[in-house]
Amino acid sequence: MTLALAVDISLALLVLAVAGWIIAVRDTFGAVIGFVAYGLLLALVWVRLAAPDVALTEAAIGGGLTGALLIGAAARLRGTEAAARAEYPGAFTRTLAAVLAVTVAAALAIGVLALPDPAPTLAPAAAAASLATTGVGNPVTAVLLAFRAMDTLLEAIVVLLALLGVWSLAPDRAWGGCPGPRRPVDPDGVLAYLAQLLPPIGIIVGLYIFWIGADLPGGKFQGATILAAMWLLVIWAGLADTPPIGRTWLRVLLVAGPLVFIAIGFAGAITAGAVLAYPEGYAKPLIVAIEIALMPTLVLTLALLVAGAPQRIPPQ
Amino acid sequence: MSLVLDIFTIVAVSAGAFFFLAGTVGLLRFPDTLTRLHALTKADNLGLGLVVMGLLPQAEQPFAVIKLIAIWLFALLAGATVGQLMARAARRERPTP
Amino acid sequence: MNAPTLFGLCAAALVGIGLYGLIVNPRPLRKILAFNLVGTGVFLLFGAIARRGAAVGMDGDPVPQALLITGIVVAFSATALAVALVQRLFDEAGSVTLAPDAPAKAPVEPPDA
Repeated sequence: MTLALAVDISLALLVLAVAGWIIAVRDTFGAVIGFVAYGLLLALVWVRLAAPDVALTEAAIGGGLTGALLIGAAARLRGTEAAARAEYPGAFTRTLAAVLAVTVAAALAIGVLALPDPAPTLAPAAAAASLATTGVGNPVTAVLLAFRAMDTLLEAIVVLLALLGVWSLAPDRAWGGCPGPRRPVDPDGVLAYLAQLLPPIGIIVGLYIFWIGADLPGGKFQGATILAAMWLLVIWAGLADTPPIGRTWLRVLLVAGPLVFIAIGFAGAITAGAVLAYPEGYAKPLIVAIEIALMPTLVLTLALLVAGAPQRIPPQ
Repeated sequence: MSLVLDIFTIVAVSAGAFFFLAGTVGLLRFPDTLTRLHALTKADNLGLGLVVMGLLPQAEQPFAVIKLIAIWLFALLAGATVGQLMARAARRERPTP
Repeated sequence: MNAPTLFGLCAAALVGIGLYGLIVNPRPLRKILAFNLVGTGVFLLFGAIARRGAAVGMDGDPVPQALLITGIVVAFSATALAVALVQRLFDEAGSVTLAPDAPAKAPVEPPDA
């Protein structure tokens, strides 16, 4: 047994143990904290699976943003914990669930052990796509914006639809208002201090990760998450408020990214013969244009998804 | 020369791992929230510092050195802030006599 | 045993653990967490397959890896929508039970915390 395999095995066991703890622990708040740790451990697994782009995304979104969202929800719903104790299903249902879970896991495990060898791969096709978009050195970015641009476009729209879904849960009186409660400022507070110190650095780091994504691990999703986190930090420290969702600038920025993407996609139908194809020699600038247009959309959408449904009309 | 640097890396990273271990033992063994936070933030900041210091000679370009140090500084900042916030929350919930 | 197989088996177990929690735990927030565990299990399975597809000088097949990034972002937005639904249920009903015959409680003011 090599040292690397020993590390992998202990990492896998740790991930499974944390997952079991998330399910088993009684306190929901504890389970959420476990989920954040789980997201960071998974990021390590992605590094071990030679997927640094996925590792960055998992750490930023799976651990960070989802964690922030769930911690807030768990804290607000803490009062409902005791009532749910009586609703646990009986031993019969639990046994049935366990049998089902073990069956599904076993079937998947058999599938893993029976995977074809040599493995089918699209890497050569992706390499060709990467080559076609000269200058994009990171194959994952090339796949996201050239080889499978349709998925990325649909994803940008799905994220926007999720935000519309969250907004539509606002009570009638708060429609068009600000998401989340107004946070009080604590002038001597350490959070207010952090919210003044960190964002300038965080914005540079976020833009760097966005820009470097063309050639090295990184990209718009990871960069946008960092920028969204900086904005949320300033909001939670009480130094800024969430914008009312009726604002025109907000709505324009939210649809600008997907619209530019769609426009360039359909322009490809005329100039390059296929929807979402790029004309010869213009691939890199067009990809950069799409990424720059998507960036504000993603930052706003990710942050506002965490902020939740509108709750109050701001004082005029 | 590279042997000396490698030995330095091994010693510093091992020392860092030891401080992480000590911090974790403190987290598990100390009686209340404030002492646990103390163990965690102090020992982990030092541990991470030693790990980063040990990795510096292994960096291939000067930019990687800056990145490593930046990671340590960010972790220091985050640890200090979160430690304070958690200590405050703990004091609000259960004021010390 | 190599790393993709090991993490593939780990992914299968994660799907099982998540599925059990999804069925057994009655609290909506815990169901969301369990569903996320199932999701990460599927992602990990996909990632293990991506690692096996290493070719032409790449350490993994970049196509599944790119789709994983898409998937993680979509999973986050679905989680945010689910949490908003639970929050709205709590604001309306004062409890978050999913039981069909739960006693109706008087609505309470949404907490400003």
